[in-house]
Amino acid sequence: MATPTLSKTDAMEAAAAASPFITVTFRIRRFNPEISDEAQWQDFQIEIDPKERVLDGLHKIKWDLDGTLTFRRSCAHGICGSDAMRINGKNRLACKTLIKDINPEKPITIEAIKGLTVMKDLVVDMEPFFQAYRDVMPFLVTTGNEPTRERLQSAEDRERFDDTTKCILCAACTSSCPVFWNDGQYFGPAAIVNAHRFIFDSRDEAGEQRLEILNDKDGVWRCRTTFNCTDACPRGIEVTKAIQEVKRALITRRF
Amino acid sequence: MSSDTSSAQAIGAVEGVSLYDVENPAPYIEAPRKRTGKTPRSTRGNFEMAAWLFMRLSGIVLVVLVIGHLLIQLVLDGGVTKIGFAFVAGRWASPFWQVWDLLMLWLAMLHGSNGLRTVINDYAERPGTRLWLKGLLYTATVFTILLGTLVIFTFDPNIR
Ligand code: HEM
Ligand code: SF4
Ligand code: FES
Repeated sequence: MATPTLSKTDAMEAAAAASPFITVTFRIRRFNPEISDEAQWQDFQIEIDPKERVLDGLHKIKWDLDGTLTFRRSCAHGICGSDAMRINGKNRLACKTLIKDINPEKPITIEAIKGLTVMKDLVVDMEPFFQAYRDVMPFLVTTGNEPTRERLQSAEDRERFDDTTKCILCAACTSSCPVFWNDGQYFGPAAIVNAHRFIFDSRDEAGEQRLEILNDKDGVWRCRTTFNCTDACPRGIEVTKAIQEVKRALITRRF
Repeated sequence: MSSDTSSAQAIGAVEGVSLYDVENPAPYIEAPRKRTGKTPRSTRGNFEMAAWLFMRLSGIVLVVLVIGHLLIQLVLDGGVTKIGFAFVAGRWASPFWQVWDLLMLWLAMLHGSNGLRTVINDYAERPGTRLWLKGLLYTATVFTILLGTLVIFTFDPNIR
């Protein structure tokens, strides 16, 4: 008699369909100066839907397993730029990285971004990064009287620097740059991207000044065209290209 | 730094009592040559731009000079076995090869030294180390360029 029975694999598939959860290992680089001067890897096993993001996994750990796990996040939607971290050896935003995309069969390694002082677990001191940002004057500079209406700009003029307006200052690029790892005096890709944003803005009048700042010994000429920054940028900004455009503007003094 | 991947408990004193606590935290491992409000001091001048341009331009010329050099020395006409005093003397009898070798000497030396200068800037963290390494580099460069130039111009095929 052929009673319809489920084969073993069918049963497993049915179970899998019912429960989308899989077991994933998060291997996190922990550092707490109040306990030890050394960082250590710590593994956490969590049950999670692989369609969730790495940030959700971190939340699960912090909320359910170990409340001392420390990391930054704010918007959780790729806008604020606070949760850049080194996931499986590559800088990404935890809130934009789906677990299924980074091979959850193997442990997922998570560390703080490199080149900045680690203060606790995944939290780094961003001050040197923002200092470089401030140093390129990331604001509109104009002369003369303010117009009574908005400053007009053609669509083409706006297009010229569109790519670099997308930056969310997450530091994924700067902290992926080997030159920055070795010498924190280098401005780094993010500062150059944000200088580019104003240098190529037809309404701005301090382009020459910013170029001069980036012409210095820790400016654009330290870039070695490694392309790590372009690979890292979660906003898809062509960072290396922006740096190259600043170099070209410096040589031709046309922008 | 430890990098063991045990899934042990949260970090803590693995052996014995920890040296550090809330009142007395461990020192941070500072990033090398951290940027501050005061550094880097601005210097002005176009030296870095000139150096960057020189690397590309000399590189282009070196492609021709070096590949030509390698072809002539190592591949054509029986390869390395032909090289000897007579071979060198024969080539340096012509001003064309003198200029070729002189140009290759100067460009390769300046290109290589400038490349090493950037490597030193990258990796030598202490100002003292940087100064010494660069001093050594520049001395070696000047010595080699001068000696090479001297030989090219004063080479005597009838020596001995
Ligand atoms: C064959 C033609 C050559 C070309 C096209 C070339 C091109 C270049 C370029 C464009 C750079 C700059 C890289 C950067 O700043 O990102 C560079 C760096 C360098 N070059 Fe050459 N080069 C050539 C031959 C040589 C020779 C013959 C030497 C040795 C005498 C040399 C030694 C170096 C060194 C030490 C660096 C620095 C490496 C670094 O920045 O990491 N190159 N080369
Ligand atoms: S350029 Fe991209 S990677 Fe760099 S800080 Fe901006 S958003 Fe982040
Ligand atoms: S939390 Fe805001 S960008 Fe990820």
